[in-house]
Amino acid sequence: MTSRTIKVDYLARVEGEGALQVKLRGNRVEDVRLKIFEPPRMFEGFLRGRRYTEAPDITARICGICPVAYQMSAVHAMERILGIAIHPQVRALRRLFYCGEWIESHVLHIYMLHAPDFLGYPDAIKMAADHKDAVERALRLKRIGNRLVALLGGREIHPVSACVGGFHRVPAKAELRALEDDLKWALDAAIATAKLVAGFEFPDFEQDYEFASLSHPGEYPFNEGRFVTSDGIDIDVSEFEDNFIEQHVKHSNALQAQKRRGGSYLVGPLARYNLNFGKLPGVARQVALECGIEPPCRNQFRSIVVRAVETIFACDEALRIIAEYERPPEPFASAPVRPGAGHAITEAPRGSLYHRYEIDAAGLIKSARIVPPTSQNQKRAEEDLWALIPGIISKPQHEITHICEQAVRNYDPCISCATHFLKLNVSGPGA
Amino acid sequence: MSGILIIGCGTPGRGDDAAGIAVARRLRERGIAASEHSGDGADLLEAWSGADTVFLVDAVSSGAAAGTVTEWDARTAPVAGSPAGTHAFGVAEAVGLARVLGRLPASLTIIGIEAASFAHGAPLTPEVERAVESVSERLILVYEEYSGKGRRP
Repeated sequence: MTSRTIKVDYLARVEGEGALQVKLRGNRVEDVRLKIFEPPRMFEGFLRGRRYTEAPDITARICGICPVAYQMSAVHAMERILGIAIHPQVRALRRLFYCGEWIESHVLHIYMLHAPDFLGYPDAIKMAADHKDAVERALRLKRIGNRLVALLGGREIHPVSACVGGFHRVPAKAELRALEDDLKWALDAAIATAKLVAGFEFPDFEQDYEFASLSHPGEYPFNEGRFVTSDGIDIDVSEFEDNFIEQHVKHSNALQAQKRRGGSYLVGPLARYNLNFGKLPGVARQVALECGIEPPCRNQFRSIVVRAVETIFACDEALRIIAEYERPPEPFASAPVRPGAGHAITEAPRGSLYHRYEIDAAGLIKSARIVPPTSQNQKRAEEDLWALIPGIISKPQHEITHICEQAVRNYDPCISCATHFLKLNVSGPGA
Repeated sequence: MSGILIIGCGTPGRGDDAAGIAVARRLRERGIAASEHSGDGADLLEAWSGADTVFLVDAVSSGAAAGTVTEWDARTAPVAGSPAGTHAFGVAEAVGLARVLGRLPASLTIIGIEAASFAHGAPLTPEVERAVESVSERLILVYEEYSGKGRRP
């Protein structure tokens, strides 16, 4: 029986460095390995011995695309240790901060990284030649997300203003109001984006995912809530490690997460959407239904539509927060240092991001644990490939390779977070 | 905004990846409004929008000796690969996209400084430090010449 290997040595259009290897024997899939080979990032080690106040700025360096997520999980975990209650308007500003990050990250992924797969271009530059208006729209939308992050964070990339208890500086009402017209444009542009991507052709690929995300009684989740799954896990975030475990697999530098009772699960836009559809604002729900993604949507290829729906939500939510904003009396709340352990999960654009810290009486970090969304999804992404390949095995090798890469990009994997690159390999007879 | 714009790209705290940032900071110490940029391609198009003469400094990795300085006229020469490193959408993509969208500045010069190390928390290597100095001096002269003559299109 002939064996062949599908290899992508450098997976393009993903954040970071990784590779994909699929071994086939005849028409059977023998092995699937999503490899993450950037050396492990020793952030959890760097954090030990540093002051608790440094965690948000140190961890923000893990990722250039989702630094807000790292800052938010870090500040909430530290606030849990110190018993700090944040001002409601600071809470609102944190949601607004997250809106900016979701807009910039989702728009980058939808247009620059993922749309070329569906439209048959090797990259966004070739695509731009035929779809100038769409790419111009993407650039302007992303810019608006960046402006939100820069206004609240002090700068666009690796923002510096978030701190335990709030922000070093909170904006005046007029500064936020100045963004309203752009955000109204962005809301319409996000709706147009959803309608554009909903018209793409999607493989018929439904999987029985266990969806997992934060769940809040009244809101589409960003910073707060219980961690729930579609199969009945419903826990306080402090119980995360009692229910989920990270395991080292030989072929990857990132740890792979799974449920302690066994099995993979899925975090990210599709999971959030299915678990929290009712919390989306009317406009996002309506467009989603018009786009044909009635929940539960079990096709990860349609996650590009869900990202667009979440972008609609982020624009709408940003407008709502700005309309109701009153500058809080103090930019941040503080409390005396006390020893303890604290946990937080917040919803990064790619999915749930878990942080746990232990600090001593002097406020120094004794231990840190960070579980990024990409390591939680890695196992599930491999399982998608196991399930996907038998249906496409008779296709020419280059098509199999392309569909496999696209399937990995469904996850918008941020390998820089999980440890940085993604590469696919197709070799063997005829390759 | 019109006139000359100098952009230093890179990541502080990642060894020689901070070379472009170090140049921008040196120029600012000399009163020249150079900007710092992460190298995110989608945003670079905005960053240079309105400027007619742009110099962009970034660390590169081509296999040359550490500190080697290379200049490209991005309007004519293709920028192969991503000088920014592993970003999914970096400087090379920004130049390519700008070309397609008709958003390249009238003049865009990319100055690459060959990096040796991208280690976390590492300072610039001595060769790159020297290259940062020489590129900064050259850009100060370019800037003075540009402003002195008041050359505006």
